[in-house]
Amino acid sequence: MSSLSATIQDVFNEPGCGKNANKSEAERKKGCTKQLQPGGAAGGCAFDGAKIALQPLTDVAHLVHGPIACEGNSWDNRGAKSSGSNIWRTGFTTDMNETDVVFGGEKRLFKAVREIIERYDPPAIFVYQTCVPAMIGDDIDAVCKAAREKFGKPVIPVNAPGFVGSKNLGNKLAGEALLEHVIGTEEPEYTTPYDINIIGEYNLSGELWQVKPLFDELGIRILACISGDGKYKEVASSHRAKAAMMVCSKAMINVARKMEERYAIPFFEGSFYGIEDTSDSLREIGKLLVARGAPAELLDRIEIVIAREEAKAWAAIAKYKPRFNGKRVLLITGGVKSWSVVAALQEAGLDLVGTSVKKSTKEDKERIKELMGQDAHMIDDMTPREMYKMLKEAKADIMLSGGRSQFIALKAMMPWLDINQERHNAYMGYVGMVTLVAEIDKALYNPVWEQVRRPAPWEKAGENWRARAMRQMEAEAAALAVDPVAAEAARREKKICHCKSVDLGTIEDAIRAHTLTDVDGVREHTHASGGCGACSQRIEEIFADIAAVPLAVAAE
Amino acid sequence: MAKVTLGKKACSVNPLKMSQPIGGALAFMGLRGAMPLLHGSQGCTSFGLVLFVRHFKEAIPLQTTAMSEVATVLGGYENVEQAILNIHKRAKPEIIGICSTGVTETKGDDVEGFIKLVRENHPEVKDLPIVYVSTPDFKDAFQDGWEKTVARIVDVLVEAPKTQTRRDPARVNVLPGCHMTPGDIDELRTIIEDFGLEPAFLPDLGGSLDGHIPDEFTPTTIGGIGVEDVAAMGYASWTIAIGAQMRRAAEAMQRKTGMPFRVFERLCGLAPNDEFMAFLSEISGRPVPLKYRRQRGQLVDAMLDGHFHIGGRKLAIGAEPDLLYDVGSLLHEMGAHIDAAVTTTQSPVLERLPAEDVLIGDLEDLEKLAGDKGCDLLVTHSHGRQAATRLNIPFYRVGIPMFDRLGAGHQTTVGYRGTRTLIFSVSNLIIEDHENNHEPTPETWRDGGHAANSVIAH
Repeated sequence: MSSLSATIQDVFNEPGCGKNANKSEAERKKGCTKQLQPGGAAGGCAFDGAKIALQPLTDVAHLVHGPIACEGNSWDNRGAKSSGSNIWRTGFTTDMNETDVVFGGEKRLFKAVREIIERYDPPAIFVYQTCVPAMIGDDIDAVCKAAREKFGKPVIPVNAPGFVGSKNLGNKLAGEALLEHVIGTEEPEYTTPYDINIIGEYNLSGELWQVKPLFDELGIRILACISGDGKYKEVASSHRAKAAMMVCSKAMINVARKMEERYAIPFFEGSFYGIEDTSDSLREIGKLLVARGAPAELLDRIEIVIAREEAKAWAAIAKYKPRFNGKRVLLITGGVKSWSVVAALQEAGLDLVGTSVKKSTKEDKERIKELMGQDAHMIDDMTPREMYKMLKEAKADIMLSGGRSQFIALKAMMPWLDINQERHNAYMGYVGMVTLVAEIDKALYNPVWEQVRRPAPWEKAGENWRARAMRQMEAEAAALAVDPVAAEAARREKKICHCKSVDLGTIEDAIRAHTLTDVDGVREHTHASGGCGACSQRIEEIFADIAAVPLAVAAE
Repeated sequence: MAKVTLGKKACSVNPLKMSQPIGGALAFMGLRGAMPLLHGSQGCTSFGLVLFVRHFKEAIPLQTTAMSEVATVLGGYENVEQAILNIHKRAKPEIIGICSTGVTETKGDDVEGFIKLVRENHPEVKDLPIVYVSTPDFKDAFQDGWEKTVARIVDVLVEAPKTQTRRDPARVNVLPGCHMTPGDIDELRTIIEDFGLEPAFLPDLGGSLDGHIPDEFTPTTIGGIGVEDVAAMGYASWTIAIGAQMRRAAEAMQRKTGMPFRVFERLCGLAPNDEFMAFLSEISGRPVPLKYRRQRGQLVDAMLDGHFHIGGRKLAIGAEPDLLYDVGSLLHEMGAHIDAAVTTTQSPVLERLPAEDVLIGDLEDLEKLAGDKGCDLLVTHSHGRQAATRLNIPFYRVGIPMFDRLGAGHQTTVGYRGTRTLIFSVSNLIIEDHENNHEPTPETWRDGGHAANSVIAH
């Protein structure tokens, strides 16, 4: 376990991670193990994260060492696509039983590796540690080493048992496993000045393939995609790439940065969501390749492709304008996506009534303002009720969000479209944005809405549950409006830090009581921002708000 | 009849089995206002949550004690305490159901003790119903988790009747196994009510996971049987258990209340439903309603029509014991041969399965057996789809998870009507397979004739 905790420390010290870089050393040591509240938490574990990050390596056998829950409940639930081998879709697990827990599961693990090699002969096996074998002290590193020597095949330990932290930490630990055991262990058959790596892209719904034709046309070779549609040998020899693109998610920042450090492969962070972003990413890749010795004419060729593809995409999207006239969209997603798709939606003639900024950075927010105007409706965090209210009051005609909030829209009889990871459509690149717009059209104009919203013949007007819910919300709002004390209490109750469950009132009090001036101070006194760090932005806004209010109020 | 063997592989490939704790959690979801809570690390819960959302296509209540590495080593009292208090504060449940997991069982957390302490320290949850079940992941399977949980709910929540005279002859308790879908529960409710009886289902997934639109937003279950209704189950006159797995809960009910019970190991098929109807008629004192006499006739007709297609099929089936026994036996009665049967855990019904062998194993075993024996019909949950593609044989989905088709919650196999539906669905699948893959062509009779060609087509 000591090597695991060392790896975790190392990951937390990652200088490339913006969130960590903003923390004090002591806070960094605590790490971003987002210790969510018991009974108030949702989301995966580190094992889940490691598996998500590595499973798109499609020709590898992914063997989960643990009781049946870890693989039996979860296998084959990701929509990454493969251009070749499908062994990644096979669920392998040691299915530890009681005897293994008592006597140790190492022998069973070793036998399992042998069975896989005998029957499936994959180019490599990844062995995932889970909580129970970690607790009883099964040393998967040693078993993998023994198996590697015995069978002459890469057997890679992935040390990310669920209880060490969040999904995101698991992503990073998976990256560490690649850095330590895979990357740089083989050589590519040949190299070109146009070799790039794509890091942190999972080819969900085959999205990468929407962009790949452009690379092919430009003669840019994806030496390895880590890990979407990845092949073991490609990843093992990815250290010979000339440049790398880190796809929006920060899940594998450690891989990108350490590959830069070890193999001098420069990288940038980019996205293929949104038309402008796709163009920017292509330009950036061109620049890095030219800086590493590719002929400068590449840049001109890229501009030609961009001009052609953008024109095609905008023309395709513009066709929807008449149909979208007056239609409003509520966009509930996070980070880059909160603005990267905005331009396309606007071009199609849709009105954006709001976009969520829960996971967005300061820069993301600036971009939103730039696109949607200063009074852009940025939604910090919405309760299901508020989302429902927005849809119901026809402030929005359609909601775009992740799968978790789908039932709010659907049970409110409102169109909904999945734009997060479980979606079935690919939205990447120029063609992807056109697809997105087409999907919105399909959802908005489906005749089903008219049917399902029709009340039952025996239902009295205004007496269904939706009407009751609305009335209840209105009554609550009215009560708050006439009662300034309750309104103030409600305002103060707003959660700012979700990890440590700290509300606005607590932070305001701390700021005033201790005359705090920065986020560090707030963290010290309230524990806010001691988790994932996403709320530091919101805390800065609180400082700004307090500064805007005359001191007299504070002094009362 | 069947010989039960236990697989000897060290590596389980393409698991058929799912874990005990989520079986237990699903049982709690059949209670009204319930919040199931898994005592383990976050992933234990999130995997279960995703699985159920994908299966039922509904919002699913499920919480976690979010055990970290340190908490696991030190013991989880604080996490259990915080979880209970947080859930109580936020979700305002009528009951919290706690299932342990592999991590907390390996550590050996005394959750019953924890709950006692939490009640002592926090008066606000003193009277909140909390039921705990021990369900380590490294033992048993989904069905066992369900079985233990229902038995435990009976033990903890059912009140012993103070007087035998208050027993209501019209009231019956129904304890459905986890192979019953919300659609099955609805069908059973209708049948039992048609005899003038008042059934109380424990658990009642028909009320909570049938996809209805709720009356309000609630983070807990939106229906199911209420805690007070469970408490009053002792005043019914009979307990009907469906599936051999429910014998344990029925016995618990008998111990607690002295109530007689009858276990129906199957409710899919003509003979089992004849028995069921006769039993309902007997305890209600009413003749079998005309509706069911007609339905019986329709089922007989469906069996006659379907036997042409199902008869002679070589069936490969993978399912949890009770579901395997239920559906496997029906298809056997329609003339299919169970040539490959794989299940997840031990059960007395396995020996009664009309097959030579049953293997406790995984879907790799099922695929291999099906290939070796030349099976031409595959029946299992959605994870069998890759095997069916490789084997190129028709594939019928039963059980949990069913994530790649809609309507899993409403698939009905109980009663005369449910059995009829099942026969038609499977027959149509076989007819379609014939049309797509086995239509004779001018080439059919060349080079070795039809037989060779159909082998190639497989």
